[in-house]
Amino acid sequence: MSVARKLIEKRELISIFTLRELRTKYKRSVLGWTWSLINPLATALLYTLVFSLILKVEAPVGNPSDLKNYTVYLLCALLPFQFFNSTLTTSVDVLVSNGNLIKKAAFPRSIFVLSVVMAMTLTLVIELGVLAIILLVMGNFVLPWLPLVLVLVFIESIFVLGIALMASVWNVYFRDLKYLITIALQFMFYLTPVLYPITLVPKHSEIFGTDLPVRALYRLNPLVGMVESYRAVLYDLRFPSVGTMLYTIGWSVALLVVGFWVFGRNERRLAEEV
Amino acid sequence: MSIAISVDDVSKSYRKYDERNQSLKAAVLRGRRARYTEFAALSEVSLEIPAGSIFGLIGDNGSGKSTLLKCIAGILTPEKGRITVAGSMAALLELGAGFHPELSGRENVFLNAAILGMTRQETKLRFDEIVHFSGLEEFIDAPVRTYSSGMYVRLGFAVAVHTDPDILLLDEILAVGDEDFQRKCMEKISDVHGSGKTIVIVSHAISTVARLCENAVLLEHGCVSNRGPAQDVVDFYLSEAHEVVADEDNLGTRWGSGEARIEAVTICGDSTTPVNSIRSGAPITFRFACSSSTRVDHPVIGITISSIDGVQIGGVNLNATGPILKYLNGTASVELVIGDLPLVPGAYLLTATLVDQHLARTYDFRDKFLRFDVIPDSTGGDRSFETGPLSLGGNWRLVD
Repeated sequence: MSVARKLIEKRELISIFTLRELRTKYKRSVLGWTWSLINPLATALLYTLVFSLILKVEAPVGNPSDLKNYTVYLLCALLPFQFFNSTLTTSVDVLVSNGNLIKKAAFPRSIFVLSVVMAMTLTLVIELGVLAIILLVMGNFVLPWLPLVLVLVFIESIFVLGIALMASVWNVYFRDLKYLITIALQFMFYLTPVLYPITLVPKHSEIFGTDLPVRALYRLNPLVGMVESYRAVLYDLRFPSVGTMLYTIGWSVALLVVGFWVFGRNERRLAEEV
Repeated sequence: MSIAISVDDVSKSYRKYDERNQSLKAAVLRGRRARYTEFAALSEVSLEIPAGSIFGLIGDNGSGKSTLLKCIAGILTPEKGRITVAGSMAALLELGAGFHPELSGRENVFLNAAILGMTRQETKLRFDEIVHFSGLEEFIDAPVRTYSSGMYVRLGFAVAVHTDPDILLLDEILAVGDEDFQRKCMEKISDVHGSGKTIVIVSHAISTVARLCENAVLLEHGCVSNRGPAQDVVDFYLSEAHEVVADEDNLGTRWGSGEARIEAVTICGDSTTPVNSIRSGAPITFRFACSSSTRVDHPVIGITISSIDGVQIGGVNLNATGPILKYLNGTASVELVIGDLPLVPGAYLLTATLVDQHLARTYDFRDKFLRFDVIPDSTGGDRSFETGPLSLGGNWRLVD
């Protein structure tokens, strides 16, 4: 718990680093912050083209919202997934790229990771805000559900923070991790129901002569429940299943604890190793 | 007298990797992380730094003085021992650490101040003072990438000295900026000291340590080899031979066309035996052994003396005396005798050159290749009446 106290003590430093992260991201580009909105929209457009128009993936009808639109269905899961993706790829490198500062100043090193996660979380909230406007325009009265969306964002941030803490500090010792993570994230993207509804994943399938409960295995991935919860709230306008929520919360808390533990164990030699 | 920093039996070692191969492949193949050997940077160092004093850490490169400072700052964690610090502390190991080139000077002041432990409110209160001290009022809203390196360092120092910690740790950052700014820095440091703060300085500039510090510790190979009043420690350091000859080839660069060469320079006092250190104000002789592969007419030997931080102090060449060396064919020995060495105690570097008559063609240029030490004259240790590298001497008298 001394970690928590130290971080609270340094809350101003955390907020300043978060601002640095946000301010410098789009410095010297003409469109600046607009990029953070153009990017997911362009991706959504591309995926709609390929998966909805060419591969004919059908978006389910929202229950009880009655909404049926592939692009919106996609965005509800794409935004949270891209948050996971970009936070992890940025933070895996954050200790190495701030090596000089680590060698010259003393403060809890987890601040670097924490500020990346916070900056990305803020970006996600803005993106979700834009999505909420799109949903309103399409007739989904999403306003009363927004507090619950923020709760989901909070849970996902904790989830990402735990993984990011481990990844960042291991990457100092094994620089290959960065590349490994990029590949792992690609697998993750297709193994999470972002582009397609989970109903397309077979319940059972015969692999190597054994009958495997494919969908149950698929569901072990905590990101599955995560994006399903976002979709339930934003697209369907209903409460996500309690079991799923508890499963993701369990993962998040466990990863957070393990993350800080791993980070703390490896923090001591950081100034020599970066 | 209360203690600001207490270092108790601290040991720190680094890992020296046999192969710097931090890849997963290497780890998998070997089953573990890369192999390494431990290298002790500090072994069982104990010392106490009294509150309100200026304390110096000196030693050769690799003696562990910077490692010790980083351990005190909390950047490195020692394997063994305890470091106790009473009060708030700011470590200035690099000016402007954490400056982001794309952010404005203003934003960077807040960023850097937060890194050094100041709250936003405190920074706001001192912001004008910081900007005024740096002299960068006009540029404060421009991105830092547009700053010159001098401006960068000035802003960094301005933030640093205004953090107002109880303990200030400084590593080799006193020799920055132009003379005017250096003077401001020195004044600010004495201000900080005057207000009862503790300052710890790590420096190569021995004369600075002797002048500023009250107490000092000399580190050698990670152990404390001498401690006490700063002047005594500095004298002890300078009286020891410091691998002067061994360093000869490592110090500066050497270039030139090579027809004629300076083979060696030896330094002698009033006798003819070579020495490493010479007393301030005593006679000094530089003996040059030169050689050439072909006949070279009217070669000109020159020397330049620089302070240990590279600032030129003075130089002279053979043309001062006239054409005593008509030509060089084979080997020759030439001496330069200076009657009373006008340098204050400290470490100095010698540059020797061999050029043609018109100073146009360089046969051999040995840049800062020899280090020699000037030790206090026989009258004793107190040199607090002198500043800078040049010993002006002179006599004061009262005019009615």
